[in-house]
Amino acid sequence: MDEQYKATVDTQAPVMEPGYTFGTVTEKISAIVLTRPASNGWFVGFGIAFLLMMMMLYAIGYLFLKGVGIWGVTIPIGWGFAIVNFVWWIGIGHAGTLISAILLLLRQSWRNSINRFAEAMTLFAVACAGIFPGIHVGRPWLAYWLFPYPSTMGVWPQFRSPLIWDVFAVSTYATISALFWFIGLIPDMATLRDRATNPVARIVYGMLSMGWRGSARHWHRYETAYLLLAGLATPLVLSVHTVVSFDFAVGIVPGWHTTIFPPYFVAGAIYSGFAMVLMLAIPIRKIYNLEDFITELHLQNAAKVMLATGLIVAYGYGIEAFMGWYSGDRYDAFTIWNRLHGPYAVPYWSLLICNIFVPQLLWIKKMRTSPVALFLLSGVILVGMWLERFIIVVVSLHRDFLTSSWGMYYPTRWDWMTYVGTIGMFLAAMFLFLRLLPAISIFEMRTLLPEAEVKE
Amino acid sequence: MKRDPVYGIMAEFDSAQALVDAAKRTHQAGYQKIDAYSPFPIEGLAEEIGFYRDEVPLVVLIGGIVGGLTGYLMQYWMSAVDYPLNIGGKPPHSWPAFIVITFEMTILFAGISAVFGMLALNGLPMPYHPVFNVPRFSSASKDRFFLIVFSSDPKYDPAATRGFLQELKPRSISEVPS
Repeated sequence: MDEQYKATVDTQAPVMEPGYTFGTVTEKISAIVLTRPASNGWFVGFGIAFLLMMMMLYAIGYLFLKGVGIWGVTIPIGWGFAIVNFVWWIGIGHAGTLISAILLLLRQSWRNSINRFAEAMTLFAVACAGIFPGIHVGRPWLAYWLFPYPSTMGVWPQFRSPLIWDVFAVSTYATISALFWFIGLIPDMATLRDRATNPVARIVYGMLSMGWRGSARHWHRYETAYLLLAGLATPLVLSVHTVVSFDFAVGIVPGWHTTIFPPYFVAGAIYSGFAMVLMLAIPIRKIYNLEDFITELHLQNAAKVMLATGLIVAYGYGIEAFMGWYSGDRYDAFTIWNRLHGPYAVPYWSLLICNIFVPQLLWIKKMRTSPVALFLLSGVILVGMWLERFIIVVVSLHRDFLTSSWGMYYPTRWDWMTYVGTIGMFLAAMFLFLRLLPAISIFEMRTLLPEAEVKE
Repeated sequence: MKRDPVYGIMAEFDSAQALVDAAKRTHQAGYQKIDAYSPFPIEGLAEEIGFYRDEVPLVVLIGGIVGGLTGYLMQYWMSAVDYPLNIGGKPPHSWPAFIVITFEMTILFAGISAVFGMLALNGLPMPYHPVFNVPRFSSASKDRFFLIVFSSDPKYDPAATRGFLQELKPRSISEVPS
């Protein structure tokens, strides 16, 4: 596997700056965790993120006390922020699995320097996403009813509903992502175990390393398992946002009932996920001096993936508009008209600007190689993708078939506190991850060095 | 049975190439019970020390089949046998609707089998292992490559094996206490 791996490295711009050895790669990455003192900036950043997370817990605590009436959800808009944020976060997670699994199968060796923190991003994003359906069910203390367990009532979940498919898809996704991340960490945990001078750190990393010693037999089974897991995670990640889109597409609400949803949701997920990868990678490589490992090539490749998936998303919007006219269904046609001219026209036009027009700047090479420009552009895309989910959930529900049931949705401060709070939780977890675990996969970086090449 | 006080003899190498060449020569010299340690996976090294039976794919296949059957039969039994409910006039055994969860359960079981199967076949977690008694072995997770001949090898002889490993021009040779 490794030889074909490296064939791609030689022909491209450097995936890693030259001049490194097995020893220096190891030292540079493990030093971030083992020897580098936490800076004031880290404490300030973590502190802010942690306070936001506390705000989220406060908002959820108040929700448990008062019920979902404190939110802006009303009939006909019963889904509101909780589902918007759920879909947004799950989508962000998708880029991590794409980088770690799909790019592994495609032998894209540049993934080796970003897969670890992208997988961490996936896990934390799925954790943020998982909060929302749980607190949205009305009686959150009964959220376990979602799972098939032998209850005294004798009933089982309704397996013909996409909502229960979603429970299985998301919980499988969370489990497999965690396993994939953990299996990738095992050899690096052994490295940290052998480098750590603090006895507590040595014991903790030693336990997490499972006693890994790098035996050739172990590596062989390890690589087989890793590759198979990548092969399993690939259809899984495509299925997750497909199933999320079924939550909408199986319903008959105008604007939801369309077959373009699964591919367009998956593309949108990867689009927003890569935007989040860039928003994390650009500051991380700057602050921790990792520009030699996360090079311009990574930024450019991520930008190209965003450009491609962004065009698929644009195609999805185009097909929605086309089908609104071509189906001849007056409710579908009205949905499109209502998006462009209705009470939520401002979010819809903002969404078109954020997701379609502004990202066209990525055709310019200067944009793709400028970290600052990419960082800002990624922020725009993340806002745009959030607006997309807002439009899908709210605009379709607020005008359905009967004018008597029309309504408006206004998020309350509790909605905003919960949403912003999950961003805090995500960032707080990310800050901890950077200090406690190797943010770049050390052993996979070693395989990129020319010395790793072996002739038979 | 009395345990051999020596677990094996270990040679340290500088490069992946040196380790692969040394492993090949040691195996060709008739040593059966040997192992090689490296800080990253090396293509073909496991074959050089005579390892061919990787059972991970079989474990994953079994896991996937069990998961798929569990997923489908669970839904069938719950929806059509134990408590059939008429929802929207759909038949209790609505097999197309059961495909998604069957798929997810297949992936879930196969993935769990891949990780825990790999760990179990590797005999991990194993916090203690004799090779860790060699102080230099801590570099095996950084930039050094090690080859060991176990004392349980039929061809093992303290002096002759050490002499043989010396010929491979290692960086150092250590005796591994068990």
